[in-house]
Formats: sequence, C-alpha cells, structure tokens
Amino acid sequence: MSAAAASALEQGLQSCEGCGLLSRPLPGDEAAHCPRCGEGVEFRKRQSIQRTWAFLIAAAACYVPANLLPVLTTSTAAGSESDTILQGVVLLWSPTGWPLSLIVLVASIVIPSAKILALGYLLVTVQRGSIENNEQRVRLYRMVDLIGRWSMVDVFVDTFTAALVQLPPLMSVAPAPGLLFFAAVVVMTMLAVESFDPRLIWDSLTPNEVRHG
Amino acid sequence: MADPPTPPAVQSRSVSPRKTRLSLVWIVPIIAAIAGIWITATRILGEGPKIELEFKTADGLEAGKTKIQFNGVEVGTITTVRLSQDHQRVIAMAQMAPKTEDFLVEDTHFWVVRPRVSGASVTGLSTLISGAYVGMEIGSSKKSRRSFVGLETEPIVTTDVPGRYFVLKAHDLGSLDRGTPLYFRRLQVGQVVSYDLDEGGKSLTIKVFVKAPYDQYVNPDTRFWEASGIDLSLSASGLDVQTQSILSILVGGIAFETPASDPVLPPADANTTFQLFDNRAAAFMPAARNPQDFVLVFKESVRGLEPGAPVEFRGIRLGQVVDVTAQVDAKTFEFSSPVTVRLEAERLGLQVRDLPPGADLPALRRQLIDSLVAHGVRAQLRSGNLLTGSLFVTFDFFPDAPKTQIDWSQHPVRLPTVPGQFEGLEQRVNSIVKKLDSVDFKGISDDLQKAIEDLDKTLVSARDTLDSADRLVQPDSELGVELGATLQEVSRAARSLRVLTDYLERHPESLIRGKEGGPK
Repeated sequence: MSAAAASALEQGLQSCEGCGLLSRPLPGDEAAHCPRCGEGVEFRKRQSIQRTWAFLIAAAACYVPANLLPVLTTSTAAGSESDTILQGVVLLWSPTGWPLSLIVLVASIVIPSAKILALGYLLVTVQRGSIENNEQRVRLYRMVDLIGRWSMVDVFVDTFTAALVQLPPLMSVAPAPGLLFFAAVVVMTMLAVESFDPRLIWDSLTPNEVRHG
Repeated sequence: MADPPTPPAVQSRSVSPRKTRLSLVWIVPIIAAIAGIWITATRILGEGPKIELEFKTADGLEAGKTKIQFNGVEVGTITTVRLSQDHQRVIAMAQMAPKTEDFLVEDTHFWVVRPRVSGASVTGLSTLISGAYVGMEIGSSKKSRRSFVGLETEPIVTTDVPGRYFVLKAHDLGSLDRGTPLYFRRLQVGQVVSYDLDEGGKSLTIKVFVKAPYDQYVNPDTRFWEASGIDLSLSASGLDVQTQSILSILVGGIAFETPASDPVLPPADANTTFQLFDNRAAAFMPAARNPQDFVLVFKESVRGLEPGAPVEFRGIRLGQVVDVTAQVDAKTFEFSSPVTVRLEAERLGLQVRDLPPGADLPALRRQLIDSLVAHGVRAQLRSGNLLTGSLFVTFDFFPDAPKTQIDWSQHPVRLPTVPGQFEGLEQRVNSIVKKLDSVDFKGISDDLQKAIEDLDKTLVSARDTLDSADRLVQPDSELGVELGATLQEVSRAARSLRVLTDYLERHPESLIRGKEGGPK
C-alpha cells in the first residue's frame, strides 16, 4: 500500500517508543509525554546522529588500547605474565584448541570492530541521505543491537577468572588496564546503538518514493 | 486508513530535531580518546629499551617468561629466544623495564642463574622452583650498549664490591676452584675469581679478589700460598699441624701474609702478579735475589738428586738444583751428569748494600768465586736422607783438590766438583779390596795350619814336661826327701860355718896360729 510510505513525522505525529501510540505534540512543547504510558515522546531521538557519532568515536578510541594493553595478568610462582587479547588468541591456538581460540578471536576482536564499522556505515549513509539498501541497513542495525549485549561476555569471563583464581603465592589472576578499555568499547558501542534512531534510515524517503516490496 | 487518533492537543508545528547545538555527549569520546591515547602512549613510550643477549645455551630461558633481575629486582623480560645465524649460539631478545637505559653500558654483564652446588656454596636454589632467570651486573662505563654476550657463569665478585684483583701464578690448580676462599690471618677476605691455563700450558694464572679494606694488606712482598688441607710437619720441636678453617680443609683455600720483618711497603697495585706457593714454608723462604745459573758436572750417579734439591755452602742454603741431565763423551764413552744449579751469590755475604756505589757487581762476584775456587772450594754431592737416598749439593773447602780455573766465557759457568763422600769412600774400599785380592791367602793359611800343628805338638811335650816337673816337686817324692836331707846337710854346713866365723871373729889369729888348746 502506497500510503505506508508516509511517516508519522510527515503526518506531524510522534510515536511513543514505549507503547507505540502516535500522538500530536503540543506546539512549543519540546518535552512531550505519551498520553497513554507517560513515556517521553519525540519525533526522532534528539541529536541522534551526533550522539551516535560521539559514542562511536569514543568506542573506537578505546578499541586501540583495549587491544594493545594486556587484559589479564597471571602471576604464578614462576613469575607474572601479562597478556593482551591477541596474545591470548595466539596462546590458545593449537591443533586441538583452535575452536576456543577462534571464539575468543571472534568475540573479542571481530565483533567489536564489526559493530563499530557497521554503526559508522549506518551513520554515514543516513547523513548522506542514502536510500539504497534500506532494508538491509535496518537488518544490520537490528543485528548490531542484538549482538551488543553479548560482547560483555569477555569482560565477565575475565573478571570472574580474576575473582576466582586467587591462590597467592601459587597463582593469582588480576585484570589489567586493557580490560577496562575493552569494557569501555562494549559500553560505548551499546550506547551508540542506543542513541541511533533507525527511523532516520527511512527519513530520506519522500512520500512519493515508494518502497518496493 | 483509519483516522489518526484523537489529538491530545492542538496540532503543533512540525519540529525537526535541532542539529546546530553541539551535544555534551562529545565529552565522552574526548575523554575516551585522551585516556586511551595517554595510557597507550605511556605504555608504549614508557617501554624500556630492547636488548640482545647472546648465550651458549638457552637452557632455562623461556621466551616471555624468563626475567632479568638485578639484585632481585625485575628489570626486564626475555621476549624471544632464537638461534644465531651460525646456529652455534643462542640469541635472546629482552624487553627491559623503563628507565634502564643507563644500566646498559659497555661493561654490563648478563648471565643465567641456575642452581649451582659447589663445595663452598650453594647458590641459585630459588631457581629450582621459579626457573632460571637472567642476572645482571651493572657496569661503570658511560658508553651505551644494546647487544651483550652473556657470561657462562655467574661472576663471583660483582663490581659494586670494593676491593682489588690480584694475579697469582701457580704450577697447578691443586684443589682450587672458582669461589675458593682467600684467607688473611684465617679471616676470609676474598675469593678466587677465575683461573686460566697460560699459553704453552706451563703454568696457571689464577685471578683472586681481595675485598676492601683487606686489600691494603697486600703489598709487593706479600706471599700467597695454597692453604688447602692439612700441613703436617714433624721436626725436632714435635708435630706441627697447620690448617686454615675446616672449610678450607674441605674445599681448599689460599692464604696470604706479609713477612713481618719487612719495612712497611705501600699496598700493591691492582692486578699485581704474585707467585702461589705450595705451602707456607715455601712461601716464606727468602726470595731469590739476583740468581745465577751454574753447571756442575758430576761423574758419579745422580740418583736421588731432584730438581729443587738444596744447594748449600757448609750448611747455608745458597740455591737449588734446577735441572739434572746426562751427557756422554763420544771419545771416551765417559758418562757424566751436568747439574744446573741456581745460586744466589749474595747469600755468600756479598751484599749489594755493602758495595761502594758504582761498583761492578758481576765482576766482584766473579772475583769472589775465583778466589773461593782457588782456596779449594768444590761442589760435592751428599746424601741428605739415608732412608730416601735423596741427594743435595754442597760446596765446601777441599784443600787437597787439584787446582783448577773457572772458564767465565762459558754459559752457564761450570764450577769444579769433587767426588761425593760416598764415592770417595767407595774408591778407597775398592783399592783396599784390590790389595787384599793380591794377598796369597792360601799360602798364609797353609803356613798357619803348619804352625798350629807344631804348636800343638809343642804344647803336648810341654804338658809332659810340666807333668814330670809336677811329679818331682811332690812332698813324698824321692827328690823331695833327698832335697830335705840335702837341705839339712846344707843347714848343718851353714851352722858349722857360722861357728867357724864366730870363732874366727873372736880368735882371728887362729888363722895363722891354728886352734888354741888344740893340738899344735
């Protein structure tokens, strides 16, 4: 149906993110609330692109030390050793242990970088007003949103290990500064995903540019 | 399409999100960037220098695990271990801690600390559990360096210990080893640092370290001797046992002492070379001064004459035997043994300090020896010990020795000798035996036999004679009776003779006139 192309924004309506109710805001009222559920309503998330960029850049900035600095310090009677994520991957890589190594590689290096790149791509296309591959971009956004929370697994595993393996002087494990940055990367990307308003993807579509299919 | 839900209020104007105002959220990436850059930068820029260590073996070295320690403080980590280009050595790359640049100078040394058990000490025990680590000693040079050749063994003495090194020359190592203690008045004041065979393999060079402040007691006249084990000596004063500590009995040691009578000398310079004596007695023998080699040719056997045997002049030690050889005269096939002796002529009383300044010492010495030889001084082999048969050389006056002259043009100079006491005795005994050989013992014994037989006969007749004589003098023998009668007759005759003499005394005229009253 062609009328579906008309967005709520064009109709002068705000949609509630909590209950989905469309409402017409009062003139001059910037902080409108949903009449049904009381959630703050806006036409679009405020400063969405700018905030997303900010968080994304912060995530990227943290990503560098997260990979360069050691994430875990293992002290044994034989001395202490600090390993970065990549060193851990290399350490685990063996003919039998490679699946584990692969999991660490994907979860700790591939996914965070993929998230950053994906969000960057979405932001750039939205800012340029692109109308190409809209559906795919929305799917990408959903995927990034879905994966986001699982990225914290690394941080949890490391902190659990550090908490559990405390048998000085035989062995003890302590988190190293890299872990903090890694956690920051995860949090920043989650915040960036949260700040991004996927409705912006569709805003470039004019009512007469009908979506196909 | 259904109508939009009832608007809650008046329709507002269309408001688009404001994009002009800069959001506060930008603080987040700024902070993140600053923190990230700062921490990463301090980590990377704050990393210490990377160095290269070369070792003979990587035994105990583990990339990423093995630490470099200085005085127990971790200053670096071995990052990679690989073989050198020629596969003979091991190259270990190490990441040093920040601010260690000034440690890494020309004379800084690295070595791998492994458990080491020697007689004197046990070191590196902690490495049994923790694994080997690389120890280091910081040099004093100012020249920076990043590539080092690791030591094979831990240095005994580190450069931060004040003291001095000295060099000892020895014939053999004895029971010494690296780390063997050095004693001064039985106080341990240093250690053997290293030893090495000299070129040619004739002697050993032992490097020792004497800690400050004891190093000041080492002066150019100090004697070092091997104080290993127990030194037993039996002398007229009894049994004398010399030892250092129990430890030195077990692991050996070096002791040093300075002769007390000497004037106080300034301390010896570092790396001064000393002789390492076998024992204290040898160490305190007066040092050779201006020794001169002479050769003594003996015709007799030199069995028992060892190099080192004393050379004396009437019991005063003059020097020692250096070498004993043999030579044969091609014409006469006469064997002789040239014995090289090292003499210190000064011990004969020719002291340098007694000489007028500018005197020609060698000439004076020659003159002295010439006059001594002219007065009959000769060398002779004598037996020092009848049990072991060891010989020594002595000089003494032999006024009867044939006159000789010293040929000073030879080198070494040959001094005249006389046959040894034993040889002289032997010759005399020989000549006596020869004379005895020429005696006709058979004839003598025959004569003797005859004489004895005659004697026997004579004795038999003598006994007969005595027997008959015995018979004659028995009291009841004929002879005795007759003798008694005869003696009575003689007695009577004597009486009548007395009567006659009495009468004659009273009447001397009767000789002329005859007896008075008697018939005329």
